[in-house]
Amino acid sequence: MTSDVTRRSMITASLGAACLATLPRAAFALTDAGARTLVDGVVAEINRVIASGGSLSSMIAEFEAIFRRYGDVDLIARSTLGPDANRASPAQMAAYTDAFRGYIARKYGKRFKEFVGGQIQVQGVRPVKSWYEVQSMVTMRGYDPFDVRFLVSDRSGRDLFFDMVMEGISLRLSERTEIGAMLDRRRGDIDGLIADLRQAG
Amino acid sequence: MPLRPGAVFRKFALLRGGGSRLAKGKQLTQHSIISAMLTPRAAICGAALALLGACASPDPALTRGTPFDPFEASNRINHENTKRVDRRVLRPLAEAYSAAMPDPAETGISNFATNISLPGAMVNNALQGNGVGMTSDFYRFLVNTTLGIGGFIDVASKMGMPARTDADFGQTLYTWGVNEGPYIELPLLGPSTSRAAAGRVVDWFTNPLYYFIEEPEIYYVAGARGARALTGRGLYSESINSVLYDSADSYAATRSYYLQNRRYKIGNRGSDAYLDPYDADQNSPAAPAGTPAVSADFEDPYDQ
Repeated sequence: MTSDVTRRSMITASLGAACLATLPRAAFALTDAGARTLVDGVVAEINRVIASGGSLSSMIAEFEAIFRRYGDVDLIARSTLGPDANRASPAQMAAYTDAFRGYIARKYGKRFKEFVGGQIQVQGVRPVKSWYEVQSMVTMRGYDPFDVRFLVSDRSGRDLFFDMVMEGISLRLSERTEIGAMLDRRRGDIDGLIADLRQAG
Repeated sequence: MPLRPGAVFRKFALLRGGGSRLAKGKQLTQHSIISAMLTPRAAICGAALALLGACASPDPALTRGTPFDPFEASNRINHENTKRVDRRVLRPLAEAYSAAMPDPAETGISNFATNISLPGAMVNNALQGNGVGMTSDFYRFLVNTTLGIGGFIDVASKMGMPARTDADFGQTLYTWGVNEGPYIELPLLGPSTSRAAAGRVVDWFTNPLYYFIEEPEIYYVAGARGARALTGRGLYSESINSVLYDSADSYAATRSYYLQNRRYKIGNRGSDAYLDPYDADQNSPAAPAGTPAVSADFEDPYDQ
């Protein structure tokens, strides 16, 4: 009897596993509600930072914290390095990722002062390929409103954004161009690039 | 009102900042009017055709990753020259203008220039078969020209009317299936593609207002357009400076930003993504109508 139950549960379990495996991944993974929740969190944090009107260094630190918490920094860093990431040692990758995070925080965090008095509003979510695109609108005094989209994926194991697209301009793709140029300037020397990156932004 | 061809051409010459020889009001003989009409027209048409011919090769979709840039060497020369002019003339001039002008006057002049460009966008919307865009630009023009006192006040935006389409002939060519063509950096005018550059040439002629505005007034329009450019240089100063002067390779950065943004603006036409309110699935929290996904042709970085 006991063995019967075990066998039945085994069969059920394996059938269930088979069913799960055949389901489209999105059906039990990230949902548009999940993507939206993540971006709502990012947007609330950004709006809070803008409204706080803190000093430049505090805004940069706040931006770095947001980027670290909600963004897949490892992936964004690796992807901006492009194919050169394959020849980097794990230690170099770790140092590069760390330098990249600081660089992004300085480069974009210092622009936050332009946003003072502005606001970001989430408008909607749509699935695209294996990710979700969350659309938001930034309104600032004296400027036309502009469109910012967060691309959210759970393929890292957690729900994180892996790109921000402002009026069609992808942060990740643009930084790939920039990092590529910086690496060219150092004739492909990754350690040199890391040193430059710590100063840049 | 009878149109004098010489006067019409003179206006266009003014609007693009040239043609001073003609604008001096010399007594032109019939023959010289015709040749003045024909020669620049022929040259313009020739240039536009040459640019369009260049659009024949690769499809933009194929070149998303690596930009199609066969003229990189000459583009880089133009880029460096434009940067030099920006550093010595444009940037200081924009700063001086912003400092000298009271903010409301500066905004008003910029609004005026934008408003007077709307009929050109309406014509392009019509050529693209974008009735929704044409109508919204028409109402914006109507409201701003009347309630906004000749366009100086952007009442339409304050009322929350739909945003401008900013349709141009480069976009019209895109909807007609013309390929993007190679990337070009035009001297002083900055980044473009051969399709967009051909569009700029045709857009000298697409605004119906320019056929009716008479001689002294057309100077004000040209002046307002110049002033709006300066305001734009000042308004987006931080962004422009960071791309031009803080990038590791400002040419590559400009090219990347321009192409991404241009493709976004061109594809964001609105009407083809418009949702039928009677269709099913209206309750899902979909993005608002008229805003197609921008990341649809991105690759998944987790696959790379």
